[in-house]
Amino acid sequence: MQYIFYTLAFFAILCALFVVFEKNPVHSVLYLILTFFSIAGIYVLLNAQFLFIVQLIVYSGAIMVLFLFVLMLLNLNKDTEPQKSVIFKTAGAIAAGSFLLVLVAVLKDTQQSTELSAMTDIGLVKQLGKTLFTKFVVPFEVASILFLAAMVGSVLLGKKELY
Amino acid sequence: MTLALIAKIILVVAIFVLTLAVAAYSTYLERKVAAFLQDRLGPDRAGPWGLLQPLADGVKMFTKEEFIPAASEKFLFILGPGLFILTALMTSAVIPWGPALVIAGEVIALQVADIDIGVLYVLGVVSVGVYGIMIGGWASNNKYSLLGAVRASSQMISYELAMGISVITIVMITGSLSLNEIVGQQAQGTWNVLKQPLGFLIFLVCAFAETNRAPFDLPECETELVGGYHTEYSSMKLGLFLFAEYMNMFISSAMIATLYFGGWHFPYMDKLGLGPNTLAFLGFTVFFLKIVFFIFFYMWVRWTLPRFRYDQLMHLGWKVLIPLALLNMLATGAFSLLF
Amino acid sequence: MNTPSSYLPIIIQLLVALGFVITTLVASHLIGPKRKGNKKDEAFECGIDGVGNARVPFSIKYFMTAILFVLFDVEVVFFYPYAVNFKEMGWHGFAAVSIFVGFFLIGFAYVYKRGALEWDK
Repeated sequence: MQYIFYTLAFFAILCALFVVFEKNPVHSVLYLILTFFSIAGIYVLLNAQFLFIVQLIVYSGAIMVLFLFVLMLLNLNKDTEPQKSVIFKTAGAIAAGSFLLVLVAVLKDTQQSTELSAMTDIGLVKQLGKTLFTKFVVPFEVASILFLAAMVGSVLLGKKELY
Repeated sequence: MTLALIAKIILVVAIFVLTLAVAAYSTYLERKVAAFLQDRLGPDRAGPWGLLQPLADGVKMFTKEEFIPAASEKFLFILGPGLFILTALMTSAVIPWGPALVIAGEVIALQVADIDIGVLYVLGVVSVGVYGIMIGGWASNNKYSLLGAVRASSQMISYELAMGISVITIVMITGSLSLNEIVGQQAQGTWNVLKQPLGFLIFLVCAFAETNRAPFDLPECETELVGGYHTEYSSMKLGLFLFAEYMNMFISSAMIATLYFGGWHFPYMDKLGLGPNTLAFLGFTVFFLKIVFFIFFYMWVRWTLPRFRYDQLMHLGWKVLIPLALLNMLATGAFSLLF
Repeated sequence: MNTPSSYLPIIIQLLVALGFVITTLVASHLIGPKRKGNKKDEAFECGIDGVGNARVPFSIKYFMTAILFVLFDVEVVFFYPYAVNFKEMGWHGFAAVSIFVGFFLIGFAYVYKRGALEWDK
């Protein structure tokens, strides 16, 4: 089990690095898909089956299709990325660095469970549904309002030229 | 553990060979059905009644020139068809092919992986199948291929939604996402098609659109787009694209039979008083016959109905099937809570 | 049934499928003839000389479809945990999902009204 985890984790990090260093944006997206797949594999190891399949359907199957569409919509005739100015680069580095700092700070304070909680059932669809529809039913409904807002926003942006 | 593992490997290989054989002979059946419907003979040169035609086609595909356009992205160009057929081959993993066998006291399920989320697994793998077409069409660097790829992926993602919602009603009735459980409950009670006729129709239409089959074969309609996303492909790479289409047809027929027509179950199955192994054999045969019927149905439709226009296709998917599937879901919920 | 080990056969199937795909691609690469030519290696454009390449922008409608698909897909995924628990939840769960579907339908009606799903205009 541990070896599978390390293989998947290594693969995920490797692909994530390729996402950043790849010059061609379409290749980057494809590596990102691979990263998502390895993360989905890690969800299986944690017995989080619903998260696994959501990762597959929503991230790999839907969001990445959108990304690919966007990249294909852009004019990719010139393969080179426009050179960013030094200000943008430093701003990016600072933003990413502070995000890393926050992540490390958060992870430091969490209790590390000694065992990989592979045998818990909370990740199964049935248990997750029970919790979602009893304990977290209000956030669930609020999420639907969020979707509504997203739909309105995307239509407004997409159809701007017609109105 | 080892016996179970060996059995699994044998099962995986057997189903793999079966998928290939069915896909190969579907191409033969397609031409024979077309010929029958158009009052022709169809292939009859290779072997008796042309039965060796798929083999001849395979040899032809392998020995054709492998053509890669100069302007294409070479690696992605090769990756496209590979990915497409890989996803087509992966879908069959959760389908229950028959009642469990009993060999030397061990129960061996005729299902590669009985996972709890079987239905979602199929939907997930299908949703990943879009990439093969998108990558292949984009990497060709040909306008026809690009248009075909964009059309195909738009169509597939659109019909995925209605398909997903129509499957939800089945899950509501069954209370499980495991395909094994869905078939088991149908074997106990009635087939789902009787409980969910509307859901079945929606699923059927979506299955046609997902597999890019006529009347929804716009991504490759030869009259507008030459060959759609596989315009630039030749040799076995074209073969893989075409082959994967027939595999998808096979798997979606199996899914229709599993979800709505009782899978391997046939009426009075448990009253025959047969041993488990005979039942497993009979069940598998019945399941296979159901699949063959739906494959035939695919072909029947293809050679009967004209092709949709793209706006009609999108109209049907978004404005008709999605609301209809949602209402069907709510109605099913209210109905089964009331009674 | 519920443990990660039930996914092991899927990995076996993945290996078999990968083996098949790679073998076929390599074999057809080795068997088939190869003849190169400047004219021949051009992308097909009905026999006339190709104009530009295929890295061209296409209709925004496809893009809209993809965005709406992402939103709808996430909503549909939420229904599955409910559907599995449908019978135990009773009216309480049904009410929760009905509200969710209600918002979904309002969004759908808006998208419909604004013509984001029109393809023939």
